[in-house]
Amino acid sequence: MSLNYMIPASKFKRYLPKDYVELVDYGPFGKEYSEVGTKNMGKYKELVEEHPMCSGCWMAYYIKIIFAALPNPEDTVTIGTAGCGRLAISQAAVPFIYGNYGDQNAMASGITRAFRLRFPDKQKDVITIAGDGGMMDIGFSMTMHAWFRGEKFTTIMLDNEVYGNTGGQESGMSVRGAVLKMSPKGKNFGKMPAMQLAITAGCVYVVKMSPTNINKAAKAIRRAIFAARELGPTFIHAYTSCNIEYSIPTPDVFRDAKEKEKGRFAFEEFMTDEAKELFTVVEAKKKKKVS
Amino acid sequence: MSLNKTLVDMNYLLKEAPREQHFITGAQAMAEAVKRASCDMAIAYPITPQSEVMHLVGDIYAQGHIKEYYRAEEELGTMSAIAGAARGGVRMFTATSGPGLLRGLEAIVSWPGHRIPCVLGVLTRVVNAPLSIQPDNIEMAYLMHSGIVMLHAENQQDTFDMTLAAFAITEKVDVYIPVSVSTEGFFVTHAKGYVDMMSDELAFTECDPYKAPVPAMDNEVPPARIQRDAPVQKSNFMSYLIHSVWQQEIWDCNKRAMKYIYEYLDGPIEVTNPNAKVMLVASGCAAAQAREANRYAEEEGLDVGFVKVRAIRPFPTDELNAALAGAECVIVPEHNIIGWLSKEVKAAIPNGGIVVEGPRVYGGMTLPVELIMTEIYDALGMDSLVLQA
Repeated sequence: MSLNYMIPASKFKRYLPKDYVELVDYGPFGKEYSEVGTKNMGKYKELVEEHPMCSGCWMAYYIKIIFAALPNPEDTVTIGTAGCGRLAISQAAVPFIYGNYGDQNAMASGITRAFRLRFPDKQKDVITIAGDGGMMDIGFSMTMHAWFRGEKFTTIMLDNEVYGNTGGQESGMSVRGAVLKMSPKGKNFGKMPAMQLAITAGCVYVVKMSPTNINKAAKAIRRAIFAARELGPTFIHAYTSCNIEYSIPTPDVFRDAKEKEKGRFAFEEFMTDEAKELFTVVEAKKKKKVS
Repeated sequence: MSLNKTLVDMNYLLKEAPREQHFITGAQAMAEAVKRASCDMAIAYPITPQSEVMHLVGDIYAQGHIKEYYRAEEELGTMSAIAGAARGGVRMFTATSGPGLLRGLEAIVSWPGHRIPCVLGVLTRVVNAPLSIQPDNIEMAYLMHSGIVMLHAENQQDTFDMTLAAFAITEKVDVYIPVSVSTEGFFVTHAKGYVDMMSDELAFTECDPYKAPVPAMDNEVPPARIQRDAPVQKSNFMSYLIHSVWQQEIWDCNKRAMKYIYEYLDGPIEVTNPNAKVMLVASGCAAAQAREANRYAEEEGLDVGFVKVRAIRPFPTDELNAALAGAECVIVPEHNIIGWLSKEVKAAIPNGGIVVEGPRVYGGMTLPVELIMTEIYDALGMDSLVLQA
């Protein structure tokens, strides 16, 4: 029913908000990825359009990519926590759960298991999207334990290396020496090794990247979702700068992302042998369809 | 349900199904109730020694009475996962105790607002410090302002019946907020008592996640939640308004639970000798001791009555007012230092000055009946030493 449940009865349609009707008629629901997806952004009704993020926000841009990359938006639930990201995520036309502080991966553990109990033959994608504070500081235990337990959902960390939403405090993902609120003399330890932690904790697919290439970013997101369906937890660690707290002029946001790509956010992709095998099958099917 | 059970409604299960007497602990009684509740999933986290309940629930999962069960990372993880799973449309149970309850409290207090139907066992324990692992129900005070429905069991039988009833109450469309069942650690959880139970081949009708004011978030039921806006998260007048009306609804839901407390549990209070001059009002284990004190008083021919409070939320204000209308003194024995029940009773009646705030024991002490008798003698202007002799 997942696709049909959002399609209104024809007689009722004219009473619904225009935005809803347009999403049903021209959105990505139930369509082949080749018809919509990141390659066709701007040509269809996207899941995220307006949002209240700051001008030049790289996080908002990446959130748009996440939603454009979803393989099954009509059967996806996103979960987030306090932070800038949820301001845009909550504007997406996909069910979103705003949990308590840092509890997104615990909540996702519950809902994923519930979906598997109730819909054993149906794929429902659960994705947690939270910032570096929510994922690696306040939610650290719940993030790590969901991975250790092998919970089958995707975790995406929007790493802006600072608590942006609360006004620019140091986070565990800020770099050593960063002078921020709550680290007035400079942070005295380095970034937490999120990617290594994810691998150690049993994630089957892990990517670290600065998402400067839309299609590459989308491919990683889709791979993470496909692997989570079949194999186990997956994790994407994406650089999504805070141009306000790090004083990056809006025109330089992309340049900054490119610079980070050459440095601490150089593209790294880890996958288990099973994940590799799965991607070979899934991506071969896709190519066949296209041809 | 993986076992071949006969599914029945809660009224049949609680009131009509034949029962047999068993001699079991309070922890066993709670787990036995879960066994008959068609519970889909339980999430556990240890807290020694009160939480034997979740070990026993693990056993009944292994036997096939529950479909899914796991040990979470800690209580906040447990309570958050409950919130996620309930949104996924399954019937949930967990149990915790004292410090564990407080660790999970951030998630628990958001359950009513999130419209999470679930059952929470609270096997009461001291909240540190100094260290103690003994029974004391002070943690219930922290739940009282959360919006959650709160039942307080006096003994093993109450624990069984209230836990079963809680599964029905939490999923009522006009309630649909969590229900907690508290009882005293050790005194009830570890002590055996007689419990009349129906066959475990019977179970409560399964969860229907669409029979809900806020249906499961499973992308199956219209209207689709493809909203563009989460207005509650915005700092504008709409967010104030939405929060305010939503919370009003939560507390109205809490009040509406009362009619189901009548339906399944014979009401929020039990009254003995309602027109007495001196009334004892107590809940949980303190009610067992107050009941005994009332029996002593009766034997001594004293004008004393007794009210056992089963429901802490919704609080039985009207019922207490009726039961205490003729009282000149109300004695409220409790197992905690702050006296949360006596404060509630004081606030509920127009002549709160007649409430004696005590006797109270805490930190794990037992509550001797003699302590309550002394208050009774004082209230009646008697020389307690002479009478006790």
